[in-house]
Amino acid sequence: MLLKDEVGMLQRVPLFSGIEPAKLKLLAFTSDRVSYGAGEILFRQGDEGDAAYVILSGRADILVDSDSGPIKVAELVPNSIVGEIAILCNSSRTATVRAASSLEVLRIRKDHLLRLMKEFPEMTIEMVRVLADRLSHTTADLIDARSAK
Amino acid sequence: MEPSLARYIWKHTKKQQVWILIIVLLSMIPYFMSFDLPKLIVNGPIQGKGFGQPGATQPFLRLHYDLPFFGEVQFFSGFQLDRTATLFALSLVFLLLVVVNGLFKLYINTYKGRLGERMLRRIRFDLVDRVLRFPPFYFKRVKSAEVATMVKDEVEPLGGFIGDAFLQPVLLGGQALTAMLFIVVQNFWLGMIAAVIVLIQIVLIPRMRRRLIVLGRERQLTARALSGRVGEIVDGIGTVHVHDTSNYERADIAARLGLIFKIRFDLYQWKFMVKFLNNFLAQVTPFLFYMLGGYLVIQGRLDVGQLVAVISAYKDLPGPMKELIDWDQARQDVQVKYQQVVEQFSVEGVIAPSIGALTMDNPDPMTAPLSAISLSMADDGGAMLLDRISLQVNPGETVALVSTATGGAEALAEAFARLNWPNSGRITSGSDDLLELPEAVTGRRMSYASSDVFLFQASLRDNLLYGLKHAPLNPASYDGEAADQRRWNVNEALRSGNPDLDTRSDWIDYASAGATGPHDLFEAVRRVLDAVVLSRDILDLGLRSSADLTRHTELAGRIVELRAALRTRLEHEGLSGLVVPFEPGAYNKEATIGQNLLFGAAAGPELADRALAANPYFASVLRQAGLDRTLYEMGMEIAKQTIELFADLPPDHQFFQQLAFMSAEEIPAYETLLQRLKNRPYEAVSENDRAMIATLSFAYIEPRHRFGLLSDELMSKVVAARNQFYENLPPELQNAVERYDPAKYIAAATVMDNVLFGRVGANHPDAPDRIRSIVYDILDELGLYAELLNVGLDFNVGAGGRRLTSGQRQKLDVARALLKRPDFLILNRPLSALDQRVQDKVMQNVLEESRRDGHSPAIVWVVTNPAMAMMFDRVVVFDSGRLVEDGTHETLLAGNGTFKELLS
Repeated sequence: MLLKDEVGMLQRVPLFSGIEPAKLKLLAFTSDRVSYGAGEILFRQGDEGDAAYVILSGRADILVDSDSGPIKVAELVPNSIVGEIAILCNSSRTATVRAASSLEVLRIRKDHLLRLMKEFPEMTIEMVRVLADRLSHTTADLIDARSAK
Repeated sequence: MEPSLARYIWKHTKKQQVWILIIVLLSMIPYFMSFDLPKLIVNGPIQGKGFGQPGATQPFLRLHYDLPFFGEVQFFSGFQLDRTATLFALSLVFLLLVVVNGLFKLYINTYKGRLGERMLRRIRFDLVDRVLRFPPFYFKRVKSAEVATMVKDEVEPLGGFIGDAFLQPVLLGGQALTAMLFIVVQNFWLGMIAAVIVLIQIVLIPRMRRRLIVLGRERQLTARALSGRVGEIVDGIGTVHVHDTSNYERADIAARLGLIFKIRFDLYQWKFMVKFLNNFLAQVTPFLFYMLGGYLVIQGRLDVGQLVAVISAYKDLPGPMKELIDWDQARQDVQVKYQQVVEQFSVEGVIAPSIGALTMDNPDPMTAPLSAISLSMADDGGAMLLDRISLQVNPGETVALVSTATGGAEALAEAFARLNWPNSGRITSGSDDLLELPEAVTGRRMSYASSDVFLFQASLRDNLLYGLKHAPLNPASYDGEAADQRRWNVNEALRSGNPDLDTRSDWIDYASAGATGPHDLFEAVRRVLDAVVLSRDILDLGLRSSADLTRHTELAGRIVELRAALRTRLEHEGLSGLVVPFEPGAYNKEATIGQNLLFGAAAGPELADRALAANPYFASVLRQAGLDRTLYEMGMEIAKQTIELFADLPPDHQFFQQLAFMSAEEIPAYETLLQRLKNRPYEAVSENDRAMIATLSFAYIEPRHRFGLLSDELMSKVVAARNQFYENLPPELQNAVERYDPAKYIAAATVMDNVLFGRVGANHPDAPDRIRSIVYDILDELGLYAELLNVGLDFNVGAGGRRLTSGQRQKLDVARALLKRPDFLILNRPLSALDQRVQDKVMQNVLEESRRDGHSPAIVWVVTNPAMAMMFDRVVVFDSGRLVEDGTHETLLAGNGTFKELLS
């Protein structure tokens, strides 16, 4: 997969969808293309968050530790981003991500993403919009969950 | 050292000075004779005096002089020669005298030059010898750069002067006196004129030069202070940057340079003023000769020959006079310099030479207890660090010194190591005062390591073994030319009062490390490195450096086996994808195009990095392979994409670290180049521009950069070009590149690259770590672990060891102390740069390692954390310079004292 295809993939990630292609290309170029075999770990719960990952191909599981061992809480499909929360909040990883099949990802380093956000406010606004959107969905879900109780 | 330079010189060189004096006096004879000749030639054969009749003859070589008090003395009656023959004979004698005088001069100059250099060597050695014997407190006040500049620069003029110290006044004085005497003999009154002028010079010039000496002293002091400051800036560069004080430093240096300029300019002004006056006086004399002498000739009271002889003799007077005055100036100058230096080097309480005397045999073990008796120590400001402490450390016991912040345990450790001297009280070993024991005992039977580590700029190995180099135990053997050279070295050393110890001898004291020779020393080294947990770091250094194949032959010999083992292991663990190996007939996608083309390691500058594209042979190979145009177009595409990506970013942007093709500074240049070349056909592009563009493609790695520029056709062309490149490699490039060969070790590449013999894939984030641990495993399995450790030990630690981390430096210091297996091991917060977990681990290892093979040294350990004291026989607690508790860990824990408080 070439740089320009990666840009296409990034455009389909909601978080980046409103950002102009030239910036996405720079983001892709400065990110690392990484592949994992099935069962390999991208990062573990509790690790320090140093990068976000965009799934280019393959599938990955999101696992959360519990008393009875790890529980799978979600599945990642191509074009999804994972790990961005830990980057933006400076927190440790809230879950473990494990490749479920052979997996190709774009690893976006924390300092690179933050630097880009600082330099291109339009990109930051776009990202804030997506995150706010996500928050309103989550809030709605929460209200649903509360009222269903 | 002698306070007077003249006495110092006389003391060490009297024989030589006397010899050279004799030679100089001898040289006066032909010198004087050459004065008389011009007069003889002009008056005799040329003017025809005494050759009145044709065929008249005159005696030749009749030696007779009008000496004062004796009248005429005749030595030889001579041959009878006619006028022409006399002219030739006299002229030939003149020539002969010129040659003889020249030869004398040559011998004298060579002799005194050598004499001066020997004395310079002696002075420098004496000074450094003194530095080695200065008491510890001296070094708190002196800047190292100032000492260095004194030893190197300030005594330098002394070397030039020493040869002239006694010779010059005799030689020049003799010459001047000869010339003077000759003038007086020719004509008394002309002589008196010259004498008066000379007298004025002698009295006036030195007086004017007094100011020069004062200025010279100031120049010396300011220059010394300048080098001290420059040294300080270099040592404290971190502090300068951290506090943004670089401009303060600039101001300080500029001010100093301004002062130095002012002094030097003053000096020049005076110097030229004095020179002018001196020259003027010298020129006045001939003026008087021409006027008065001419007048006397006209009057007929002086013949022309006499006047010519006086003038020609006078020609030789100002020279020696001027040089004599210069000599006097130099004498005062170097005397001042010498005094300045000697004052700096005259320190109270210099350590006696016997303390540091060379001792070949190892001293007996220190079996007596080490005791501090009513010991008081103060810092430079006079604050008490230790107040009348008494403490006895018995052989074989391990003592932890626990201290509050102002406790003073560190001062005690430094006193045990003799790094600071007691203000009152003393430290004894048995009945001997510790300060009076020779260093041969304390330096071999005791060891000291502290948090303040000093490493020399040498390899790790040299630094580690430094503690074993007490004496040249096994002399180096020489033969042939080397033996002659060695004999010469010894002779010269002795003549200059230097020791003839040979740095090439084997100085390592194997026995004290528990080894018998070079072959089993490594075991001991490995053990102490393991004990301080430094082996892994050194192995990493070894992997990242290129091995010296003359020493590490085994690594090279078994490289094929190693590579095969790595492949097998990777396959076995299902990790084959991690490394893409180099294969002579295949393109390696994880390597750059440049690496694929060259397929070897550049061993010289000709084919390295940017020079590759510009190399004419390499360019011709690309042309033949039909790659030149392809790579140019590829370079254009890369330039376009890169500029599109990066042009908007500021040059210091961190993204540029990701950019392998060009640096941030080059972007504008490539931008204009791209504009210029965009629509130009390939044929119209200059060689230089082609290389500039093509070189971009050399850094391209498809999986990493993902521009989609690599096709199968291109890859096969690259492989073909690679083979072509090596087929016709011109002789001058044979040594510039080492071709990758699966069966050969590549000397120019790192050990890691050699073992891998391939490239680690870019798309496995933790591949480098995994591969490194696999490589270690394999090296261990194949028994090459020691060899790799050995390669790592070649690593140069840099100035003051700064290429190592502070933790590594401290570990190395402890390893060095441990290696000589002392009777008393003093450790003064030795591992403070490490975290507590590692400190505990190293401490435990060190306690174990020091007890290997039935050794039981006494260990005094100033601990950074009271909890560490648990592992020691005895715990001594200090508070405010006093010893407050002393007992076993249990008893102190049971008590309710300071130790308990510190622990909680």
